Amino acid sequence: METLQSTMHPAGTDAAAIAQLSWVLFVGGGLVFAVVMGLTAIASLGAERRRRFLSERKFIVIAGAILPAIVLTALLVYGLTLTGTRIAIAEADALRIEVTGEQWWWRVRYPDSGGDIITANEIRIPADRPIELTLLSADVIHSFWVPNLAGKIDMIPGTVNRLTLRATQPGEYRGQCAEFCGGPHALMAFHVVALEPAAFDIWLAAQREPAASPETALQQEGADLFVASGCGGCHSIRGTAAIGTIGPDLTHVGGRLTIAAATLPADAASFARWIRDNQYIKPNNLMPPFGTLSDDELAALGAYLEHLK
Amino acid sequence: MSDEAHTLPSGYPNPLPRPKGELERLEAVWAPPTGIRILTAVNNTYIGLFYVGAALLFFVLAGILALLMRVQLAVPGNDFISQGTYNQLFTMHGTVMMFLFAVPVVEAIGILLLPQMQAARDLPFPRLGAFAFWTYLIGGLFFFGSLFFGLAPDGGWFMYPPLTSTEYSPAENADFWLVGIGFIEISAIAGAIEIIVGILRTRAPGMTLDKLPIFAWSMLVFAGMIVFAFPAVILATFLLELERAFAWPFFIPEFGGDPLLWQHLFWFFGHPEVYIIFLPAAGMVSMIVPTMCGVPLVGYRLIVVALVATGFFSFGLWVHHMFATGIPSLSLAFFSAASMAVAVPSGIQVFAWIATIASGRLRFTVPSLFILGFLAIFVIGGLTGVMVALVPFDWQAHDTFFIVAHLHYVLFGGMVFPLFAAIYYWVPAVGRKPLSERLGRWSFWLMFVGFNVTFFPMHILGLMGMPRRVYTYPENLGWDGINLLSTLGAFMIATGVLVCLIDLARNFRFTPSENAGNVWQAGTLDWLPTDVYGNRSIPIVTSREPLRDDPKLSKDVEAGRYFLPGTATGKRETLITSAIDALPQAILQVPGPSWRSFFAAVFTAAFFLLLTVKLVWPAIACGIAALVAMIAWLWQTDPGRNHAPVDIGGGIKVPVYLTGPASHSWWAMVVLLLVAASMFIALVFSYLYLWTVSPDVWPATTGEHLPAAHWPFISAAALLLASLAVALSGRMLAAGAKIGPWPLRAGLAAASAVLAVGWLLDLCGVWQTGLRPDDSSYAALVYTFIVIEGLLVASAIVMALFTIARSIAGLLTPIRRVTFDNTMLLWHYAVAQGLIGLLIVHGFPRIAG
Repeated sequence: METLQSTMHPAGTDAAAIAQLSWVLFVGGGLVFAVVMGLTAIASLGAERRRRFLSERKFIVIAGAILPAIVLTALLVYGLTLTGTRIAIAEADALRIEVTGEQWWWRVRYPDSGGDIITANEIRIPADRPIELTLLSADVIHSFWVPNLAGKIDMIPGTVNRLTLRATQPGEYRGQCAEFCGGPHALMAFHVVALEPAAFDIWLAAQREPAASPETALQQEGADLFVASGCGGCHSIRGTAAIGTIGPDLTHVGGRLTIAAATLPADAASFARWIRDNQYIKPNNLMPPFGTLSDDELAALGAYLEHLK
Repeated sequence: MSDEAHTLPSGYPNPLPRPKGELERLEAVWAPPTGIRILTAVNNTYIGLFYVGAALLFFVLAGILALLMRVQLAVPGNDFISQGTYNQLFTMHGTVMMFLFAVPVVEAIGILLLPQMQAARDLPFPRLGAFAFWTYLIGGLFFFGSLFFGLAPDGGWFMYPPLTSTEYSPAENADFWLVGIGFIEISAIAGAIEIIVGILRTRAPGMTLDKLPIFAWSMLVFAGMIVFAFPAVILATFLLELERAFAWPFFIPEFGGDPLLWQHLFWFFGHPEVYIIFLPAAGMVSMIVPTMCGVPLVGYRLIVVALVATGFFSFGLWVHHMFATGIPSLSLAFFSAASMAVAVPSGIQVFAWIATIASGRLRFTVPSLFILGFLAIFVIGGLTGVMVALVPFDWQAHDTFFIVAHLHYVLFGGMVFPLFAAIYYWVPAVGRKPLSERLGRWSFWLMFVGFNVTFFPMHILGLMGMPRRVYTYPENLGWDGINLLSTLGAFMIATGVLVCLIDLARNFRFTPSENAGNVWQAGTLDWLPTDVYGNRSIPIVTSREPLRDDPKLSKDVEAGRYFLPGTATGKRETLITSAIDALPQAILQVPGPSWRSFFAAVFTAAFFLLLTVKLVWPAIACGIAALVAMIAWLWQTDPGRNHAPVDIGGGIKVPVYLTGPASHSWWAMVVLLLVAASMFIALVFSYLYLWTVSPDVWPATTGEHLPAAHWPFISAAALLLASLAVALSGRMLAAGAKIGPWPLRAGLAAASAVLAVGWLLDLCGVWQTGLRPDDSSYAALVYTFIVIEGLLVASAIVMALFTIARSIAGLLTPIRRVTFDNTMLLWHYAVAQGLIGLLIVHGFPRIAG
């Protein structure tokens, strides 16, 4: 079940530390606000006797300079110790995953997993194990952000950024591009799915396999249409003639939670809709709409893609 | 020639009664133009008022854009506005609010009020102020108009490449931003120069710096910050436009560029920008609070220190907009610390206002309400500011609605609320009657409640993971209700603004001569009785609140008992005083209404706008027209010593013309050179920054040849020779009749030729190595050094030719020499910058290896 996308419902070690810091800040900030407003009220409405101290220069120096300096220094030290944890070098048993931001989706690679596993818009990870993410951009600046797990970090062309995170419990965590990247930036989301380690291993093994073969006539028709319509120019389906690399790899697309960067569910109807209406669903995305395909053809394609678990 | 300061008399400088006809003559020279000729008005009261009006127009327009966005976000999956339009809307909302409203409106209020606060009759460069206003208005309207053609910029107000580079934004939308904003910034710089010189050189006698009204202090810091901050973004826009138009790859990693260079340059401007907007607003608060409490400001000196410290610190925080870019932790720590430190001066100001309130009795007028509202909102904005200064917190909050909330608490709370307080406070100083207290209260409560309903929930939205700049959002994320609430609040704010506009329409009647006057019993000079000429006479200031300390002051000033109660030379005049002690030094004859500065502005705006839409030939025609208008305008400046020294009263006789470092013109030129130097430093930073990022495109790695050493040496020798020729020309000018004018003219002409040759040699030296600007970021930077130096060289030569023309027309003499002095300053600066440029371009790659 998907957890609400929120920084205040942490399910990762980094996010938990920051949430704790946040509570300190909110409570502290609330207190300071209350005190300042209280002093303003006394200054403007209070009795002469109470106001006298507030009108002195000494008061300005103490309340405006000395107290803030002490509080801010303490906060700074607290903040810097947390800053250090993310920058720290990844632990030895970390799982490496490479994520590339592209207009307007996420390419995900598992470089260490025997066979180059490539997927899209969904990052499956084992829970309670450090994950070292290598974050790249293929075009403009994007920003990788899964609020429940960790703070964000930008993906900048020409720069390699790294982020280490750890999900403390299994779950589905939604993430979203946080740096405006043009056009449908609003529709560039993804999921991190944290699995029990055993379940993760099973998933990973399945990902290494080539795509499932069509089993029904409808699926077979869809597979043929996929080739005939030229889909393989942009998409790969391992084990078939489709070896395009411009768009997301579809080898196991039917097994994902969503398609189109967390815009639609990964079911046959959505595939069909997306192929025909993608410029309406996600304007300016880089896939052309296939308006010439008939409803039956779309249904066949949908059935085939859904089958690619 | 005397530029020595005079001591001030102890009694009234001028006796009563004043001679018959004196007042009439004063009124006549200051008579405002009427009818269509109102376009030629240059006096600060008129330009200031137009300026405020135009800035408020842009506030309303950008506010309407915000309402459209709020409607779109009211419900999930809304299709009220298309994605493309929404991206233009938020880009334009931010850009227009920052560049066409916030900075201009404070500059406008400065132009309107500073002379009154200092009892000057006008600012020192009225036509420059008019020029700045008209370029801003025309440029701003066209810029805004791009929305109606779908051509508005859509890359965010921060315009990060590579999203905004040609590959990802091939259409002209981005060019509108780069060219439009680039030149509106030039207008802001023109205003800043005027304000700096105005504050430092046209104060009332006796108004030493420690008696300067806090608003003037804040405007001085404001203008100083513009001088150092704006050039960085002008350079950035220049570089990005070069990349877009000619493929000079500053920001493209494959060619050794770096997108982060833009972010450094942009935020080096962009962060100070926040304080550029806030400080003048804080200055207004420091003026209004004492008046409403009936006591002097507590902690005047602390506040001045706080203003200056904020200005200083604000240049050390820019990286806090880049905490999520993956930069090293050491920089993170430094910039985090600096970001927190800047909270201290703001704290000092907040508590100084509380202390002032405590020391008096606060009257709950409309301005007071807006200021109390400001205090509450701004304190929250400051506290969330401390939160986002903490790096780990910022990793979560950055680029979410939490930041949208924070920045509106700081900017809307910190600047717009004080602005509305200021409108209600100062309308009686320029209008026949005050605004309505009843409508004002409605306006305040609607805005205050509306503001908090709109923006407070956005903190929560951001923490719940809603990023900024999204045109839509799905429904199952728990964001729906909060967004709807926020949209309702936005309309409440709009209603509050509307009530204020209705109030202005009903009750504000501009008048230069019969204003409602000191309705609040304020103590500063802005509440002296005024007329078209400003104050009848220019008072001697002996305290920070002269009107409170000398109840007869208004009457005496109006009766003409103080300095310069009439026109001494038959022209518009104001007093030039010394920068620190404010002792009278000279009479400045300020220019009156003119079509020249107006047309210079119209054609300058047309030049840039036509260039944006790539109508090159019409653009060039307008560029030439602009140049002609400017030269015609400049021809009338530098009036020379056209009148014997004048008795301004109190036995003080001052000259009507100053030259050298005492001249206001010299000061303006020096400030302009500081602007140029800031831009050059930003360029040197860019060069060193890209070298650290990608040294592999520098000659040591690529094996490309640098020009042989004799090229830069000959070039440097030519530059030095040109400087020497100008220095010698100065001697010849001083020698005057003894040697005649021809040696001077020949000297300037020779200097121009040598300077041009020196620059050309550098260009040829680099060109013959085969290096081309689109080869790499290194090559692009080398040519940028040459281009920027070329612009300076061209300006210096134009000014030299102008000076020669003045000499031939008989307008240049050993005494009437300000034109020459300004040319000389620019000239030596151009040579100095050229030499440093040669050292970097030819020396650095040899040393750094």
